[in-house]
Formats: sequence, structure tokens, C-alpha cells
Amino acid sequence: MIQDAQSKGANAVVNVRFSTSAITQGASELYVYGTGVVLG
Amino acid sequence: MSTVLFTGFLLLIGVFFGNRAQKKHIENMHHREKALSHIIVTNLKTLPSTGSEPILVTGSVVIAFDYFRRFIARIIMLIGGRITLYEDMLDRARREALLRLLEEAEAAGARQVHNVRFEFSRVGSSARGANVGGGAELLAYGTAVL
Repeated sequence: MIQDAQSKGANAVVNVRFSTSAITQGASELYVYGTGVVLG
Repeated sequence: MSTVLFTGFLLLIGVFFGNRAQKKHIENMHHREKALSHIIVTNLKTLPSTGSEPILVTGSVVIAFDYFRRFIARIIMLIGGRITLYEDMLDRARREALLRLLEEAEAAGARQVHNVRFEFSRVGSSARGANVGGGAELLAYGTAVL
């Protein structure tokens, strides 16, 4: 996510959320998302 | 013997159609993302005071994991680690869900979508999770304003 933010020119990410989802028994996905902003 | 052949056949079908569909889909999404790039998307809760009526926009995608992916995933699960084949699939589904959300926002004439969230739910699996890796629904929703 931070790499994605950097590639889009943001220097901060706000309201970051972590979400997990159980894809199958024994496998989960971790997904992080937020809003990239330019500060300063 | 015939079971092995049948499994191999299903694997090949999975690989062939899976890859072809993936390539096509990524290309298709790339174009649509460009066309909708003028809409601001955030997950911020505070709406700008534009004076317009906010409306709820949604985008949903249901996917099924192909036979090849399920087969490989089951092998990876023996030792653990990243299942990149599922990562690709989920990433595509999430992008598609967001695109559908954006298309709905565009149709409503909105220029910004705020408080966007993603939901995940398993479909096609039994309650106890016995039917491993059936499919998933990815839902994106947010508040569109002008």
C-alpha cells in the first residue's frame, strides 16, 4: 500500500483500514487500504 | 488411471481459460480505469460541503476459483506461504468491483466518491467450510457526491 501511495505521488496515507477475509479453511487474505494525500 | 487423466484434463482447462480470461480482463480494466480517472475516490468519512445530495453507490463481483488455482492452493497450504494465484484473482475482483462502483457514480453524474469500503464474503462453500475454495463475493460501496 505504501509503495502504491508513493508511486501515485502521495506522502501520507490517512484512514488506513485492515481487513481480513477467510478465503478457504486454512487461508486468509489480509487487505490494507487507505487514502493517499499530499501533506505540506 | 482415468481419474488421473481427468484431473490433468481439468487442470489444463483451468490454466488455459484462467490465463486467457485474466489477460483480457486486466487489459479491459486498464482502459476503464483510465476513462474514470477523473473521479476522486477516498475512504474518508467526512464529505466535502458541495451542497449536493449524497448517494450510495455500490459495485459487486462474484468470482469462482478455477480448478488449477484450487489444486495449487491446496499444495501450498501443506507448507504455508503466499498463495499468489489467489492474490491475483482477488486483486482483479476488487478492481472490477471498484470499477462498477465508479461506473454507477459516473452514471449519476458524481465527481467524487467518499468513504469507500470493501467487503468480502465467501459464496458456494458449506457452513463448515468443507467445500474448500468455492468462490467469493467482493463488494465495494461508498458515498458519491457531485
